[in-house]
Amino acid sequence: MAKREKHAVTIYTRYERFWHWTQALLIFLLAFTGFGLHGTHHLLPFSKAVMLHTFAAIALILLWIFTTFWNFTTGNWRQFLPNTKGLFAVIRYYAWGILFGEDHPHKKTLRRKQNALQGLAYLTFMVLIGPALWLTGIIYLLYDLWNEIPGAANGLFVVAFLHTAAAFLMVTFVIIHIYMTTTGKTPLHYIKTMISGVERVELTEVERAYLAEEHPERLKE
Amino acid sequence: MYANKRLVDPAAWLLALLFPTLLILADAHAAAEIERGINEYADTSQSHLKSPDDPPAVVRVSSSTADHAEFKELQGPFGSGPEVTKACLGCHNEAGHQFMKGIHWTWEYQHPVTGQTLGKKHLVNNFCTNARGNEGMCAQCHAGYGWKDDSFDFSDQGNIDCLVCHDATGSYYRTPNSQGNAACSVMFEGKQPIDWAKVAQSVALPDRSNCGTCHFYGGGGDGVKHGDMDSSLKHPDKALDVHMDAQGLNFSCTECHQGEGHQWSGSRYNMDAKDSEGTGKPGQRRQVATCESCHGDTPHPGNNLKAVKLNGHTDRVACQTCHIPTFARGGVATKTDWDWRTAGKLKDGEGFKLKEYTQGNGEHRATYKSIKGDFKYGENLKPSYAWFDGVMNYTTIDTKFDPQAGPVKINSFNGAYDDPASRIWPFKQMHTTQPYDKGNNTLVYMHLWGDDPDSFWGNYDFGRAIKVGMERNGKPYSGEHGFIDTVSYWPITHMVAPKEQALACAECHAKEGRLSELNGFYMPGRDGFGWLDILGYMAVIGALLVALGHGMVRIVMCKKRVTEHCKDGE
Repeated sequence: MAKREKHAVTIYTRYERFWHWTQALLIFLLAFTGFGLHGTHHLLPFSKAVMLHTFAAIALILLWIFTTFWNFTTGNWRQFLPNTKGLFAVIRYYAWGILFGEDHPHKKTLRRKQNALQGLAYLTFMVLIGPALWLTGIIYLLYDLWNEIPGAANGLFVVAFLHTAAAFLMVTFVIIHIYMTTTGKTPLHYIKTMISGVERVELTEVERAYLAEEHPERLKE
Repeated sequence: MYANKRLVDPAAWLLALLFPTLLILADAHAAAEIERGINEYADTSQSHLKSPDDPPAVVRVSSSTADHAEFKELQGPFGSGPEVTKACLGCHNEAGHQFMKGIHWTWEYQHPVTGQTLGKKHLVNNFCTNARGNEGMCAQCHAGYGWKDDSFDFSDQGNIDCLVCHDATGSYYRTPNSQGNAACSVMFEGKQPIDWAKVAQSVALPDRSNCGTCHFYGGGGDGVKHGDMDSSLKHPDKALDVHMDAQGLNFSCTECHQGEGHQWSGSRYNMDAKDSEGTGKPGQRRQVATCESCHGDTPHPGNNLKAVKLNGHTDRVACQTCHIPTFARGGVATKTDWDWRTAGKLKDGEGFKLKEYTQGNGEHRATYKSIKGDFKYGENLKPSYAWFDGVMNYTTIDTKFDPQAGPVKINSFNGAYDDPASRIWPFKQMHTTQPYDKGNNTLVYMHLWGDDPDSFWGNYDFGRAIKVGMERNGKPYSGEHGFIDTVSYWPITHMVAPKEQALACAECHAKEGRLSELNGFYMPGRDGFGWLDILGYMAVIGALLVALGHGMVRIVMCKKRVTEHCKDGE
């Protein structure tokens, strides 16, 4: 195994951070307006909620189209490949080890920024919850194009049901996700990382040489 | 120009002239005052009376190419309505044939879908119950002269009353075609004689006051029946009706109720509940009274999401549902409940009335009349809503019903969320407890009007009035009457509010919104998903609790110096 050294490196590129925080804002807006439309709260007039929800949804879908493109062209998609190796150790760590000051079993590297549990969660987000929301959302939004098909009203029920179910999953994901951000070295460590993009990770010599040569700005020390 | 000639609305004169004493009484008496006599119309509105400070109406229609005042045929002298009619038909030689085909003349309508024979000549309603057999009184609103019993000749065009629709002086009026009970005669005394020649020379196309003479007073008084039609529509402001707004568009009724050859569109017996044809090009259909026939089926303008969303509703929601937020808004109340059972109470052997309701325009309305029973009124009422396909079914005099099966629906209709021909419409519901034939389980005709010992408006004897009413019209009667709850549905379509007052989304898209009683289909904001919602909220709350619990343990462990995560600063 190659010799590894910890370095402060920009692990989240500018686009990744833009993606993350725009997505965060839009998802918050969508959840807030969406659950207003669902009748969970009445903090917004219905018409305003419809407008905001629809425009936020269109914006998020656009963002996801760009991001999918970005993920595949940059090869970043490999970060999300499912990998069960070390999954149990990570679960054990969050359930137990973290309470007693154990070290995180996953060592962040450039090739694998996420631990196994994290990767699985993000994969679920990206291939299940997200698509369930935007697919049903688009069908829902375009109801007027298919409402004359017999049984359309029952179809709308199914679409709205799935949309709502996925929305509950999304909110649950976001809550856990936000809580998990506090589990870093300090409660705000991961948040800071997601803002600055910089994290101390173990680099192989090759990686370090590559970054020094090709992306010197990413090497922070 | 014809509009300018008019100084006073005809119906205003009609009412003022018919009942001068009681109009004075209505003002002078306190709300709970008891009035003697069985006068019918003391509670009708005076709000339509023209006053000198009324702004002049906007004249939208160009004046006629003929000045009737100059025709030698119309110089008179005329001694009666039929004489004027003869003069009219002398030139308008097709008008009589045209008019006699229509419902204003026949009071009869063959429903093309249900096959039922409808019309005032046949139907039982849940107001005064039946015009049939009471034509001496009720046919004041028949556009003909002299219908008081079966002897009326419907084939004689000389009996047509041209003036009730075409009078533009406001001085024309009608009286009952037969004598009522002595106690009723006071209603019709003390009227100015009609100047027939002047009226004949002043004819014009009908405006709201002409149609309103009858249609504003259906059910026996101002606004009683429909709730969206009353005397406040004589001079409405924009807030009351955007189309009839006296200082704005100032529509006459026929602006929407387009007609040709004395046939008009828009009968509620057979409505166009969903007009998918929309606006017509020149030469295409005109005889249609729907909103869509002018506004099209994408009436909300603009290339924006809001317009798209609103236009997405028009296939399932009638325009009226959102654009008439409440009815009876003009200061005139409409009747909502009627209990015939209490009719017939007397004071010192005389019929009387109690006026315990004061409506928006300050007038007092009768809450009890010996001749009719107890009433309730409402104003600014929210409609009830239902899927409606436009086809009205009636409980006719021949329909047998189950008295145990809840209120008898005087009229009912079909429609459902999965019926493409129906839309959600607003309705006024009228609830009445009225006599029925307990043996045969049918509605009954009552003999209400007449100068004879059998008429209810005089003898207050239900048994006798029903027996005679049924016999004279050849209907079987078991001889035993009871009282039954009935409900009738009145589609709401007038009193269209300015667009700013249209319903906000959440009026319906809410758990306890206006459409909370419509079932079977999913509506955003109104409907949840039962167990999914429970699971969903549990998941969210569960996640919060797990995060909170886990976080607390972490904090505790950190405070005990087992871990060091709680310290910020790296």
